[in-house]
Amino acid sequence: MSERAAKVTPTEADEQDDDQITDSAAPDAATDDTESATATTPTPVTNGAQSVVRALENAGVEYAFGVQGGAIMPVYDALYDSEIYHVTMAHEQAAAHAADAYGIVSGEPGICLATSGPGATNLVTGIADADMDSDPLVALTGQVPTEFVGNDAFQETDTTGVTKPVTKDNTFASDSDRVGTDVSEAFALAREGRPGPTLVDLPKDVTNGETETEPDEPKTPDTYHVQERADAEIVAAAAERLENAARPVMLLGGGVIKGEASEACREFAIEHEIPVVTTMPGIGAFPEDHELSMEMAGMHGTGFANMAITHCDTMLAIGTRFDDRLTGGIETFAPDAEIIHIDIDPAEISKNIYADYPLVGDAETVVDQLSAAVETSPEAKKWRAQCQQWKSDYSMAYDAPEDEPVQPEFVVEALDEATADDTIVTTGVGQHQMWACQYWTYTEPRTWVSSHGLGTMGYGLPAAIGARLAADDDQDVVCIDGDGSFLMTLQELSVAVRENLDITVAVLNNEYIGMVRQWQDAFFEGRHSASDYHWMPEFDKLAEAFGAAGFRIDDYDDVAETIEAAIDYDGPSVIDVHIDPEANVYPMVPSGGDNGQFALTEDQL
Amino acid sequence: MKRGLDGPAPEERPTPAGRRNKQGIRIDPEVEATHDPRRTVISALVKHEPGVLSDVSGLFSRRQFNIESLTVGPTEDEERARITVVVEEPDPGIDQIKKQLRKLVPVISVRELEPDAMRRELALVKVSADRPDQVAAVAEMYGGKTVDSCPETATIEITGARQKIEAAVETFSQFGIREISRTGLTALARGTDETAAPSSAGVAADEMNRQDEHPHTQTADDD
Repeated sequence: MSERAAKVTPTEADEQDDDQITDSAAPDAATDDTESATATTPTPVTNGAQSVVRALENAGVEYAFGVQGGAIMPVYDALYDSEIYHVTMAHEQAAAHAADAYGIVSGEPGICLATSGPGATNLVTGIADADMDSDPLVALTGQVPTEFVGNDAFQETDTTGVTKPVTKDNTFASDSDRVGTDVSEAFALAREGRPGPTLVDLPKDVTNGETETEPDEPKTPDTYHVQERADAEIVAAAAERLENAARPVMLLGGGVIKGEASEACREFAIEHEIPVVTTMPGIGAFPEDHELSMEMAGMHGTGFANMAITHCDTMLAIGTRFDDRLTGGIETFAPDAEIIHIDIDPAEISKNIYADYPLVGDAETVVDQLSAAVETSPEAKKWRAQCQQWKSDYSMAYDAPEDEPVQPEFVVEALDEATADDTIVTTGVGQHQMWACQYWTYTEPRTWVSSHGLGTMGYGLPAAIGARLAADDDQDVVCIDGDGSFLMTLQELSVAVRENLDITVAVLNNEYIGMVRQWQDAFFEGRHSASDYHWMPEFDKLAEAFGAAGFRIDDYDDVAETIEAAIDYDGPSVIDVHIDPEANVYPMVPSGGDNGQFALTEDQL
Repeated sequence: MKRGLDGPAPEERPTPAGRRNKQGIRIDPEVEATHDPRRTVISALVKHEPGVLSDVSGLFSRRQFNIESLTVGPTEDEERARITVVVEEPDPGIDQIKKQLRKLVPVISVRELEPDAMRRELALVKVSADRPDQVAAVAEMYGGKTVDSCPETATIEITGARQKIEAAVETFSQFGIREISRTGLTALARGTDETAAPSSAGVAADEMNRQDEHPHTQTADDD
């Protein structure tokens, strides 16, 4: 079958017997092709695990996130001598989220490690999250020794089988001589083209097995092709369409940020005066304080963004997969618009929305191509005025009377005000996440770190840990969380305290699974089935028990001062913000609804 | 306090004239145009390594692509295998199948075969042998071969296009069919036309850019 025949070394296969590799292990068959690799490295590798770690070092990896365990122990033993800084997380899911956020902020794949069985399955949520959001991530999982695979051994799970649907690619390592190169390849695949998570499953005999083979440099397999430049003819046709557009809109997705095309898109939009809408992962691709910014569209997008995408006649969509939370009902999505779709993944073209001008390629390269091809700006003065009118018609201004409980929008704005423009925001999933989208003004790419496609509650805190390590030292990291989301991963506070990570968690606490409660009120006659907690721990005191700083906000008077103290605190801090439990997120397009018919109040749903 | 936001209510807003169909294609608002599914054969050349068949079959099930048959077998190159899939989808779905298959890392190349491609399937049909002469006559009529017989049963091997196999099975049913096993369809392009080969990578890249505009012809099975 394959050239990667399994090489089992039965003497080392015992799960308990991992202290020593005996010298009597079979001599390596591949010593003849090692002469080129060893010359440049000071300490030659001696086993598969060291080759795995060497592959990470060669790729420039600085941090790894993970949890120890039986089958991954050889890799951790090799990490012991490495410059790579390993952050031990409290739970593997958090390791995957931290690595994911590290990847979002740094642009380089984040690394997470876990042992076999439950370690690997705990990673799955985080891997699936990275897959949905095309975040670069490499997961390395321990596996039972090859000869036990398939026998339902202790802590055995078919990890490559379980993770196949949620990875860009995965590999079962079957050869100590090849395992380092497997990891190099996984790293390259996670990063190149459309990014995504990859996984290498590492049986213990393969990592323990002797080898002197140094891993190859990170390189994608020869069957993997990425098209960088779009077809020139289609670019020319798209340029002509743009020149003649009366109601043009640019729709920037997460691919703009991943493709480092934010700058090119800004220049293009400003030069041709085209209003800009973003998707949720596209937040930060275009400065929201710019006149042309219509902010985020979709289910909880701004009214003006949804009016703009509904009424445009030409949409230049870049790096977006037209997710249902953006499009609402397909039938009513930008129904008058010819779509120019730029994406590096050909499978996204015409998957959900038909592309009249399909442009496959790297976002920055194709925007540059388009920029060169567009000779005159569209005559869209009237349209721009209309967009500005919508911005004032559908203003996001909210009511915040002094004598009522604190409104969440006010807290988000106060946090934004208390921090610098380059502050990184992470979130969980739910109402708080939507308020964080709507009421924080994002101006820079890679400052919005959230769980978009998978919608993983509990993402915020571990993501803040990963983001903190990827961010510049002078950048603030704020996690805007919900009480329900925070409760899912708050054990990771132990990591933030141990590593003394300067992050501020603001828990918008309404003692509800708030978004579910909002939907129950709108669509289930107010029957609050399993959405009402009635009670929540005191998160400020819980934080203190972990060794973090704890704060609490109950009134408007506390907001500014408390936020300042929490941000100033050098280390992890948690603010338990008791917000109005009845606060809802608007505008809202019901699932599958018409974007142009967004509701501004509950009775419009 | 007021809940929600200010602004014109939904019924006060202008509405666009256009509409899209379920496949995201802009259509005349007056007509309900959807693409009809059509049956076609997709051939993929893949790396011959463990897991690739489950990669492909998993892709089909999780993306809800309708497949009629899927076969896999070795090729002239021992490091490569060929997977032949018969699918029934509207044009946009067929397009997606090809693109999603190409995304799988062990997949080398993918192609939709022309309607005139050679398509063959093998079936083993085990019937009751009460009327052996008639069974033999029917087998001969379909170019079949008796591969096993005993006093109670006869098993006939038939090869051919799907329609021929189905016609044969239908005819054999008069004798009482005990069991059937069919291989699913395998196919090759005709003449010098390459089925799905590494040299078609350029074609694949080209197809990435262009919308595949296949005529809505039902691809006729050859005999």
